[in-house]
Amino acid sequence: MHNYLHIENAKMVFDTKKGKFTALTDINLNVKQGEFIALIGHSGCGKSTLLNLVAGLTVATEGILLLSEKEIKGPGPERGVVFQNHSLLPWLTCFGNVHLAVERVFGAKESKAKLKERTQAALDLVGLSHATHKHPNEISGGMKQRVGIARALAMEPKVLLLDEPFGALDALTRAGLQDELMRIVKETHATTLMVTHDVDEAVLLSDRIVMMTNGPAATIGEILSVDLPRPRDRLALAENPAYHHLRGQVLEFLYQKNLKQAA
Amino acid sequence: MSAVTINESSLKDIMNSPETTPLPATAAPKPRPVPFLETERGQAYSESVGKLFRAVVPPVLGIALFVLLWQIVSASGGDTGLPGPAKTWEAAKLLFADPFYDNGPNDKGIGWNILHSLYRVGAGFGLAALVGIPLGFMIGRFQFLAGMMAPVISLLRPVSPLAWLPIGLYVFKETEPASLWVIFISSIWPIILNTAAGVSRVPQDYLNVARVLNLSEWKIFTRILFPSVLPHMMTGIRLSIGVAWLVIVAAEMLTGGTGIGFWVWDEWNNLNVEHILIAIFIVGIIGLLLEQMLMLIANRFNYE
Repeated sequence: MHNYLHIENAKMVFDTKKGKFTALTDINLNVKQGEFIALIGHSGCGKSTLLNLVAGLTVATEGILLLSEKEIKGPGPERGVVFQNHSLLPWLTCFGNVHLAVERVFGAKESKAKLKERTQAALDLVGLSHATHKHPNEISGGMKQRVGIARALAMEPKVLLLDEPFGALDALTRAGLQDELMRIVKETHATTLMVTHDVDEAVLLSDRIVMMTNGPAATIGEILSVDLPRPRDRLALAENPAYHHLRGQVLEFLYQKNLKQAA
Repeated sequence: MSAVTINESSLKDIMNSPETTPLPATAAPKPRPVPFLETERGQAYSESVGKLFRAVVPPVLGIALFVLLWQIVSASGGDTGLPGPAKTWEAAKLLFADPFYDNGPNDKGIGWNILHSLYRVGAGFGLAALVGIPLGFMIGRFQFLAGMMAPVISLLRPVSPLAWLPIGLYVFKETEPASLWVIFISSIWPIILNTAAGVSRVPQDYLNVARVLNLSEWKIFTRILFPSVLPHMMTGIRLSIGVAWLVIVAAEMLTGGTGIGFWVWDEWNNLNVEHILIAIFIVGIIGLLLEQMLMLIANRFNYE
């Protein structure tokens, strides 16, 4: 199977006041179409930087990044990004926020009615049919994040990039949204790259877990295949020895092989 | 263990002793109706009365004290002292009985004078907004331009508004455009500075959204930049109109003809002190109304 997302020898060096800072080095990763990848590592390991490289928000200092055989040169709507802090525009309704994205991608070739239909469909998909005309300050954190996901999905992106999307939510809301995300990814067959620092989340959701070493000059330490059958159920997995074994492997990587030195 | 032990028989003795009054033989007392203020509705009622009291009493008291002070000051001045509140009130009633008379130049009703001043503020401020808002956007968006404009703005901003009047008179050779010029130049700074600050403070998250969606420059402006800057811009506009209203009175004193400022000076020449006091109130009240109106508009655009 061909590599949908291809990252080869990517290196990211930032110019800071204190001189050059190498955030990432020797990043090599191939992602198949429809695969769900979790990026996990201690904070500051550059996992968000790697996501931003794929998003095109930052440009790699060295290396090659290809998405379906095209070079990633800058940000573009074929990569839907869900930001950590939802980043909804407060002066637009949920509908308006999603519509902005839909209009950008499909506005040139589709009728206005069709654009509205797409927007509504995206909101329906994340279970927000009832909050269509609410402003972001009128809805909960979990709902805001759903709108963020709807906005990204509505563009029908080639890859979905999630930057710790549930990090700011409480445990119950997070669990609900994880289940929701599994359902959405199953329905849309989206290729997904998700940054997380939650081991359970990584094992529950992904096909492969990319574990990163600590920065500076972070790189990919190990890649763990999660061959748990789908659909996955969080309650059933709690009893599953394979799940615990995988979880243990990630924990071992994070806390034994790559324990972050206390600052 | 208590020091005194009371057994049953001694208790009976106490109960029956002449010192203790026996309970009346009647049954339980009639249930007393709950007083209105102790009911739920009554409490809500007394709470709202209390709120009203706290909201109304201090300002009323303040105004009363102010009027009293005014009365004392005017009374202590004797015949040549300031006119008192009562005298001023009588003069005001007369003045506002016919606010829109027009007896040719230099003798117009108070209504006309107020409208002329408001027109000048509106026109001068309008021009300032027309120039200041785009300029503010550009300064906020382009670092180079900000660097260019910074010294010029820092130099010109602290200049007293009236210092600009002779320049206006010299350039335009007429009083009307000269006073508009003074309003323009003194009210443009808050607009420029606040708009620029607003643009440079657009959250990076919103700009990232724009980049990820790959929005056109026009869409970035209408959907992200403009709405995000609007609250800052409204602050600038509010400050700017405040300055314009402050400046107009002084400018009109110098240019003459019409307007509330001219009227104050005219009444000074007539030695009509009541009218000067009335003018002070008018200027204050109109300034207050402008401020409140703009606050209302600004709140409409506050999304936080």
